[in-house]
Amino acid sequence: MNRDKIRLTPYKVVSIIVLIVLAFLFAFPLYWIITGAFKTSAAINSTTPEWFPSEWVLDNFRTLFSRQKAPLWEIRLPFSGGFAADGQRILLSSGPRVPAAIRWLMNTVFMAVVSMILTCITSAMAGYALAKKRFVGRTILFSLIVCAMALPKQVILIPLLREMSALNLYNTIWAVIFPIVGWPFGVFLMKQFSEGIPGEMLEAARIDGAGEIKTFLQIVVPMVKPGIGALAIFTFINSWNDYFMQLIMLSSTNTLTISLGIAKLQAENSTDFGLIMAGATLAAVPIIIVFMIFQKYFTQGITMGAVKG
Amino acid sequence: MKKKTISKILSVVLAMSMVVPMAACGTKTGDAPANNTSSEKVAEGTEAPAESTATPTSITLWTYPIGSWGDSATVDGLIASFNEVHPEITVTVEYLDYTNGDDQINTAIEGGEAPDMVMEGPERLVANWGAKGLMVDLSDLWTAEAKSDIYESVEAACKGADGVYYEYPLCMTAHTMAVNRDLFEAADALQYLDEETHTWTTENFVKACEALVAYGQKNAGAVFCAGQGGDQGTRALVNNLYGGTFTNAEHTEYTVNSQENIKALELLASTPGINFDSSIVGGDEITLFCNETLGMAFCWNVAQERTHKITTPDTNFEILPMAFPSDDGEAELCGGIWGFGIFDNGDEAKIAASKTFIDFICNDANQVEDSVKASTYWSVRKSLADMYADDELMSKYSVFVPMMGDYYQVVGGWAEARTAWWNMLQQIGSGTDVTTAVETFSETANAAAAAAQ
Amino acid sequence: MSNKKNTVSMSRALVRRETISGYLFLLPSLLFFVGFVIIPMILCIYTGFFDSTMGKDKQDVFIGLSNYAEMFRDPVFRRALLNTFIIVIVSVPTVCAFSLWVASAIYKMKSPALSFFRCVFYLPVVTGSVAVTVVWKWMYNNYYGVFNYIGTKTGILENNINWLGDQRFALWCIILILFTTSVGQPIVLYVSALGNVDPSLVEAAEVDGGTHLQVFWKIKWPQIMPTTLYILVITTINSFQCFALIQLLTSGGPNHSTDTVMYYIYYMAFKLYRYGYANAMGVVLAIFIAVLSALQFKVMKSND
Repeated sequence: MNRDKIRLTPYKVVSIIVLIVLAFLFAFPLYWIITGAFKTSAAINSTTPEWFPSEWVLDNFRTLFSRQKAPLWEIRLPFSGGFAADGQRILLSSGPRVPAAIRWLMNTVFMAVVSMILTCITSAMAGYALAKKRFVGRTILFSLIVCAMALPKQVILIPLLREMSALNLYNTIWAVIFPIVGWPFGVFLMKQFSEGIPGEMLEAARIDGAGEIKTFLQIVVPMVKPGIGALAIFTFINSWNDYFMQLIMLSSTNTLTISLGIAKLQAENSTDFGLIMAGATLAAVPIIIVFMIFQKYFTQGITMGAVKG
Repeated sequence: MKKKTISKILSVVLAMSMVVPMAACGTKTGDAPANNTSSEKVAEGTEAPAESTATPTSITLWTYPIGSWGDSATVDGLIASFNEVHPEITVTVEYLDYTNGDDQINTAIEGGEAPDMVMEGPERLVANWGAKGLMVDLSDLWTAEAKSDIYESVEAACKGADGVYYEYPLCMTAHTMAVNRDLFEAADALQYLDEETHTWTTENFVKACEALVAYGQKNAGAVFCAGQGGDQGTRALVNNLYGGTFTNAEHTEYTVNSQENIKALELLASTPGINFDSSIVGGDEITLFCNETLGMAFCWNVAQERTHKITTPDTNFEILPMAFPSDDGEAELCGGIWGFGIFDNGDEAKIAASKTFIDFICNDANQVEDSVKASTYWSVRKSLADMYADDELMSKYSVFVPMMGDYYQVVGGWAEARTAWWNMLQQIGSGTDVTTAVETFSETANAAAAAAQ
Repeated sequence: MSNKKNTVSMSRALVRRETISGYLFLLPSLLFFVGFVIIPMILCIYTGFFDSTMGKDKQDVFIGLSNYAEMFRDPVFRRALLNTFIIVIVSVPTVCAFSLWVASAIYKMKSPALSFFRCVFYLPVVTGSVAVTVVWKWMYNNYYGVFNYIGTKTGILENNINWLGDQRFALWCIILILFTTSVGQPIVLYVSALGNVDPSLVEAAEVDGGTHLQVFWKIKWPQIMPTTLYILVITTINSFQCFALIQLLTSGGPNHSTDTVMYYIYYMAFKLYRYGYANAMGVVLAIFIAVLSALQFKVMKSND
């Protein structure tokens, strides 16, 4: 890169200044959340903003953690509600009781990770089939996927809610996960990536006597890895930030996610801004740490060179 | 609740196809029992001791933040005392808020997991869910003793248009407004109100606003209208100014388009220092009043002052609760009644257990005072009228109780009228002619009222 | 294809084999897609023809196309549709242009500076939209929000502006928040796309005397085209999903100036219990979006 050695033109100077100003604006909400979480209620409710906490306190976190409690995890036997004595699915394992906010965080992580894994697996398989298999109904299916991929979930909210209720999935984290996995954007993306796989390689594998599964795992997956990476990040961030499906599908303290939890804190305690900031800090800090650690993976190797129509 | 045949067939097919991925996933965090929601097991360890003959039942209670009934520590205590008497019933509680609570219950109803019990007022329990046939008839709780002890106006409100009792009440209050006394003193506006009777006239209210603005307090008060939260305050304000009403006496029609109300809205729109603020709801208004941004609050009652004293003990101004201003100086305050209703989830055992719970909380001689105190409001029972005799704050606010007006919130189409109300205020706030905005409201609300009959 | 008999039968066998294995690969994905998108969509179209509401004794009444007829008479729906498209039409190009500008300004920087900027612009994305919204609500506060505070202190604003409570500003305030939470991912993608542009081509063009702008349009732009298309698609998706901001900040107000179809559907369903009408609106929105996506895809294909 040395050959591009910065020549300082006025345009560059201006753009760097603009960038720095913008950087402040973009970092401000997070800065305000984290400092707000440690401010006293007087400082927070003051009508002149206190740019830096004059006094650091833990009161907000103490309040947050002394609220409702919930078990850290609960693992239940699927569909056992029908024969259990109390009509609830049989509880296989239940974690120690922790502040509900921790449980919400746990739910969110579980939801985002499981959605991400399921989406990547199903989409990689389907994308490969759509790109490389010549089967009956392929065109129709692909058109359907293209048409549906930008569809907001609000469109089908009532039927989806009734369906989840009929499946006994309402108020479980799965009611949030399954529609995310069903959203066909991932299939579309992986199909575009799979187009780039040379047919000769697949042919060669077939001649070598490799079965379908072996071909998929050993040839297709390594070739579409950048696509899987892009999809994984997209799904993870989207499900982490999703709010609507959670709002509709989850209703009890034990099943809430952290976004929903904060929204609830805000509605309940519009007077206690510090408490909301503490909840928001709890939501933001883990994901930022994850982001910092995996920054390399978030930002490297995701080249869209393979995206083709 | 209501499942279409098609959706049923499809869901069976789906359920079967889902078995594959479900089995693969193996586990399930969260919980979705068939017909009830488990969470917060309040009374762990007290479930069904060996000597109990009754079958263990677990029921769910969803409460709105009615005083400390929205606070888990207090409610846990109440349920613990219930479990001392009825260890066989486990009560799990969810806490709702006034911004999303209704939507949350509505989605739960549609999701087939309505709670067993909900604690709220007749406008929701009776006029909304009761009228839709989702609630259980509570006539057996309304014994002759209860009927004779509970105020008649409260009893009337707990009955649906079909004469069925959908709510069993626990507590009530009068919604007032409040002013920043220190600010009023500084602005020389105390002369416009009567501190003894806590009342004032419309004329003096306008003068007080003018005095505040002249003193430099640009924001005397805000007609908040970003949503429905705390809207009883704005309704009471508008209705009182010139003696208008929200509905007719029979509760069949909305009368917001009366001359009195139009005049009141026009007055508010032109009064200096009063702005129609579409960015805040009642809760935000309280915050703004408490941090002295606003000179008065229209969304106020005794619980607000109590909470405020607890959360910010170092408040540096005196709160003076006031009745809403009216042209004759006699206010008709909007009342709040809170109690319990039971959703008809089709499980007799749970309904019976819920009734046992309600009976204990509202009627048990040793319990009822604690239950009422948790709400920080007054009891609906005449026999408990003086239970707050030595509570200074409650005594201060008890002057408002006799000023309670008609409980009109049970009129049909209430949910739609509420949204139309804040939409109307927003329109006026953004410059629409008052008469036009009011007519739009009347059309929408009265159409909803007609459809509900 | 040869039309010799044995080849035909062989290719038939091949087609059968391909079809079976193709659907086996598709099966897991189809299960979710059909189960949680297609079936609800069909039910949605179905109930769109009914007057359907909550309540035990309420039967759905078939009313044909009345819901659709009402929709096009409903001024709030028209307003919501307009707002939805304003949000998408404004935010998609600005997000793309802005992130391309930021990326081209920072991608040649040395590692710490590059990482810093990349992270900073990504922060609102990872902070989570609900948490960010809480802060923005405070910043927009009518009485002491930071915009009014700074605005009046510096004399830019004469009086406080009620940002979210004024129908002239509310929608733009929402778009601004949506913008800050949307540019993170595109910037990251553009930085890596620009970094992968073949340097020898750039060099050759510069030797030939091409200006910066020419080099950009002739050499870099075609090479980052696939990234641009991907960003267009994800930004469109994100803009249509914008719900939390509206629900948490304005509830569609003031005076319906921030109502979107997505929010209005929710409002109809769970505030007014009009399921049939809400579903009919969903169908109309779905048609609009399907057409839009198909067009976008066509453009993508023709560009290739």
